[in-house]
Amino acid sequence: MARLNINGRVVDVAVEDDTPLLWVIREQLGLTGTKYGCGVAQCGACTVHVDGVAARSCTMPVSAVEETQRITTIEGLSPDGSHPLQKAWVALDVPQCGYCQSGMIMAAAALLAANPKPSDADIRGEITNICRCGTYNRVQAAIKQAAGGNQANG
Amino acid sequence: MNQVAHLPRRGFLQVSAALGAFTLGIRVPEAGAQGAAQGAAPGAAPPEVNAWVVVKPDDSIIIRIARSEMGQGTLTGLAQLVAEELNADWSKVSTEYPTPGQNLARNRAWGNMSTGGSRGIRESHDYVRKGGAAARMMLVQAAAGAWGVPAGECRAANSTITHQPSGRTTTYGKVAEAAARLTPPTDIPLRDPKDWTIAGRSLPRLDTVEKTNGKQIYGADLTLPGMLNAAIRDCPVFGGKVASFDATKVAGMPGVKKVVQVGETAVAVVADTWWRAKTALDALPITWDNGPNAQVSSASIAEVLKAGLEAPEAAIGNRAGDARAAIASAAKRVEAVYGYPFQNHATMEPMNATALWTPERCEVWTPTQNGEAALAATSEAAGLPPAKCEVYKIHLGGGFGRRGALHDWVRQAVDIAKQMPGTPVKLLWSREEDMLHGRYHPITQCKLTGALDAQGNLTGLAMRISGQSIVAGIFPQNIRDGRDPVVFQGLSPGGDEGAFGYAIPNLLIDHAMRNPHVPPGFWRGVNLNQNAVYVECFMDELAHAAGKDPLEFRRALMKNSPKHLAVLNAVAERGGWGQPAPEGRARGLAQIMGFGSYVAACAEVSVSAAGELTIHKITAATDPGHAVNPQQIAAQVEGSFVYGLSAALHGECTVAKGRIEQENFDTYPVMRMAEMPAVEAILMPSGGFWGGVGEPTIAVAAPAVLNAIFAATGKRVRQLPLKHADLRRA
Repeated sequence: MARLNINGRVVDVAVEDDTPLLWVIREQLGLTGTKYGCGVAQCGACTVHVDGVAARSCTMPVSAVEETQRITTIEGLSPDGSHPLQKAWVALDVPQCGYCQSGMIMAAAALLAANPKPSDADIRGEITNICRCGTYNRVQAAIKQAAGGNQANG
Repeated sequence: MNQVAHLPRRGFLQVSAALGAFTLGIRVPEAGAQGAAQGAAPGAAPPEVNAWVVVKPDDSIIIRIARSEMGQGTLTGLAQLVAEELNADWSKVSTEYPTPGQNLARNRAWGNMSTGGSRGIRESHDYVRKGGAAARMMLVQAAAGAWGVPAGECRAANSTITHQPSGRTTTYGKVAEAAARLTPPTDIPLRDPKDWTIAGRSLPRLDTVEKTNGKQIYGADLTLPGMLNAAIRDCPVFGGKVASFDATKVAGMPGVKKVVQVGETAVAVVADTWWRAKTALDALPITWDNGPNAQVSSASIAEVLKAGLEAPEAAIGNRAGDARAAIASAAKRVEAVYGYPFQNHATMEPMNATALWTPERCEVWTPTQNGEAALAATSEAAGLPPAKCEVYKIHLGGGFGRRGALHDWVRQAVDIAKQMPGTPVKLLWSREEDMLHGRYHPITQCKLTGALDAQGNLTGLAMRISGQSIVAGIFPQNIRDGRDPVVFQGLSPGGDEGAFGYAIPNLLIDHAMRNPHVPPGFWRGVNLNQNAVYVECFMDELAHAAGKDPLEFRRALMKNSPKHLAVLNAVAERGGWGQPAPEGRARGLAQIMGFGSYVAACAEVSVSAAGELTIHKITAATDPGHAVNPQQIAAQVEGSFVYGLSAALHGECTVAKGRIEQENFDTYPVMRMAEMPAVEAILMPSGGFWGGVGEPTIAVAAPAVLNAIFAATGKRVRQLPLKHADLRRA
């Protein structure tokens, strides 16, 4: 049994303690915007925020999260898709298949929260999520746009 | 597109009767898939003007898309082509997939559903545009009929029909019912692309918003009422099988419902949640019979391929003059051997399918590039005729060819579901399962020998490819006289698919087929990938051996290939070829034709003294004939460099004791943002033909970078991936 504060809601879930947070989010809570990609914290498709900090939920046992810690998933990033990153993503038509994009956006949102005006180098250093379709350049441009800067170039 | 299967007309009763609780049109609602069983009442089906176009009374338009959206933008591009001829109000357009079962029941009204080979638009542009045009003609006819005026006096624009003499207007939604009852026209003229107003424009994709808020449902996200979850382990050695397993060891673990053998080669655990299924599977003792391939290694495969380079027997792909004689009498002879490894598609979403089997009917929900092939696999695995099966195509988290021809994961899911009649079971592969059971980019080696005369002109070229045939592995019936024509992509004497761009008086390109046990698949870019590396890097080698500029050396051979030359010239000019590169940087070129399009790239790189490669910038040109959505073509070009450079830099699956050694992204690294160069995409559609855009550019990524590395370091890398190459200054 675990008690979680997720997207502003407190919920009790009946799971084994070592169940990764990712699978609690997806299977017990039905929030499928957070994706399984690798299970070993390599790809970042499972990225959520724990107290505002990006975390790869596929390797984080649910027992490691205190009930006082606020978990945010893509579904809770904004009530209506109005986060500046979501708007920039739409404006630049960033996604292709889209599977990695929840994790990308969550990683980017944590970056902007910590560093509101990241340089290209900051973005390229901090966003380590894998995209196989190849949206990296548009991801970078959208982060710059959301941060109020010019579109990234290289 | 979350609307999974809004079934048109005839499917309703038949399918819903068989399904009981699973009435149709199945829709995966925005809040999650739990409501997948909720369906519209059959009587609520809006008027279908024809197979491609549904118009609702509120003037909203549903365009049916037969091909699968997997990120490449085909959903939007195909809808643009239909809407263009329909004169539709684009702001009211949405899309839906017809199901493979419907296609079968309606005599393939939607044509081929296969989504591969960059064929989505280039193969169906004619009939989908005719679908839109025919619907427009019928809507206009219906309005004219209601007004009692000649159709020729009416014009349609923006989903509105105007009777020009009287100024009366009506909308598509108001006349759709009447239009649907008319006899379809047979003479359907199409618009000249130069007059396009919806097609040809950089419209936003139709599926972006739900990919930014977590609402897009992928196969892995699907939930059905009463559904169980399965995790599977297939014998890690291809050709091996299950010897034994001890289900009693995990039967009492949390959530476990059943342990089942799947075919001869795999074992699955079915549980209430996938995590519990996987946890139990990890604890399950399984003994494998690794079979006849248990001693195969990368080294033993390489030896077999190497022998093929010298074998007397080979299938010819392109021949002119007498290459061997030209080489024997050459003033200068240049020879090199290249190699290209196995690669995994590594789609971000691992393979998955949800299956529901009863003795009377089998249904599958899966991300697939080919719904019809998925239906055939379902039917075979279910032991039921196709008419008693159905496949619902769910959005793909990447395809890249893995989800196309074969549906091994669908067969597994049906096999599991068959052992649990009446219960829907979702099978999801772990990343490790996905890495170990790919259908890999074929492995090949290539020996190239060039003949230069005293003036440094190329008088002869022999190119021997040795290695795997995808067609032999997947469609063996298409091998004729031991020859796989697809092996010669980009090297063919002519044709629309992949014509060789160089006129060489004495030429011999042939293939010694050598098929290791690791199964090959169509991997985005297919055989164009290695062929472009072989030809374009060797052209660079020949140019340097001849003491000539690589661009000028190529140009001299390309007089008969103006479209190939045009894209090469474009990247050379825009990429700064012939002008000094920024300090420490060097440039490389590559061009090729494939999938109906002409592509070229100019890469700019630097290599540090410690051997660290930086790819700064790539200029890429594409001539796809007609361009349906330029910004999405640019997205495909950008993405092609991620896929192509991931392969060039890192991609390699190796074999030890018969099995693939790389099991996850820690040992199978792929390109991340930090390595991504700036990409400038030059789109230069010359008209008159239709080429694909999802794949061809991948092929020029590696050779352009390899040639730039040579220009920067003097080091010629001939075996990919680059991670093995020592680029340190000597």
